[in-house]
Amino acid sequence: MVTTKQHILSLLCEVHDPEIPVLDIVELGIVRDVRVHGKQIHVNITPTYSGCPAMHMIQHDIIGTLNKNGFRNVEITIVYSPAWTTDWLGASAKEKLKEYGITPPETVNEVVVTLPGSEMECPFCNSHNTELRSEFSSTACKSLYFCNDCCQPFEHFKEI
Amino acid sequence: MKNGPDHRTKNVLVEFLFRLGDDRLILGHRLSEWCGHAPILEEDIALANIALDLLGQASALLRLAGEIEGKNRAEDDLAYFREATQFTNLQLVEQPNGDFAFTIARLFFFSAFNNLLSERLQKSSIEALAGIAAKGFKESSYHLRHSKEWMLRLGNGTEESHQRMQIAVNELWRFTGEMLAFDEVEEKLQQQNVIPDLNPIAPKWNEIVAAVLTEATIIIPSHQKDGGQAGNHAVSGSRNGFHSEHLGHLLAEMQILARSYPDAKW
Repeated sequence: MVTTKQHILSLLCEVHDPEIPVLDIVELGIVRDVRVHGKQIHVNITPTYSGCPAMHMIQHDIIGTLNKNGFRNVEITIVYSPAWTTDWLGASAKEKLKEYGITPPETVNEVVVTLPGSEMECPFCNSHNTELRSEFSSTACKSLYFCNDCCQPFEHFKEI
Repeated sequence: MKNGPDHRTKNVLVEFLFRLGDDRLILGHRLSEWCGHAPILEEDIALANIALDLLGQASALLRLAGEIEGKNRAEDDLAYFREATQFTNLQLVEQPNGDFAFTIARLFFFSAFNNLLSERLQKSSIEALAGIAAKGFKESSYHLRHSKEWMLRLGNGTEESHQRMQIAVNELWRFTGEMLAFDEVEEKLQQQNVIPDLNPIAPKWNEIVAAVLTEATIIIPSHQKDGGQAGNHAVSGSRNGFHSEHLGHLLAEMQILARSYPDAKW
């Protein structure tokens, strides 16, 4: 059987982001390209943030998953261009984020970073009576909010 | 390398990448020293996140420098096995953290610079550099806004926070001159169309900083009665490896593990 790019991509959907395990690396937009040359698989990935500490684990998991499926010859290249953007998150990925308790990102405006809306929707009770606590939360890609109605802290996946 | 830089341009490009990488590595390290010590938990996390962004940028830039240099030096070799005189970071970023106002004012000065520089370097003819810059531009936009908000909060806060911010700005002013002064390295790269003209950065930086300082009711040092006393002792030379005594101490701490256990993995 000839290995197709599609087959490799479906295997890569088994690799999840260790920080946000509800998303796999394909729907997160981290996988930029897959090339198949006979038995050799070449995967291009891009970091969400320059210093994303999950990148090492993601590389390790990609190799592990492909090895497990019989692909021993795997090469991974980290690419920086074009720079990752939250606009690459599809509608279903955003829905998963919300169910997981993280308010998904809006579409990035022309001005790269807009002032955070003071009416971020709470993923738990859908209230807009919320306030920004910090633009930097448990990971670089999220900011921290507080819901004044259900009194829960929640995170927002920042637009970038 | 087809259409790649010629030998002499290559050396200059490596030197330029060292400058970019070293600035971010050293400031990232300084900010990481706040981990567990910031005034509130949210700020502790914010400074650590910003430090991580800068370390990530440094790692990518030094990796690229090592690849172009072609002497088989990876980013860790460059970070851990060079001496202080081989680092070409700005003296601004190696200064000890001081109080919170000093840390914030420095972060604001550098973020404004990083943002303007990254914006331009997205147009570099070196695709890898353009990509790193595109990422740095987005990240530094967040750093700039975060530090700007603290500038306003401290400048317009209590009498003590205002005073501390004014002292911090006065002390830091003499380190900003060499940050905005480009030399033959950048000129040569611009002539070879590797990077765009960086000279518009200085007036734009002054504009951004003046607007924020004014809003924060902080007096711009060069507008002070003594003509910006601090400005008279402006530092220079760090792009050629001349540093304050603080860099050596910083490197001793940053490099000791890698040097004691050269092949350590964790």
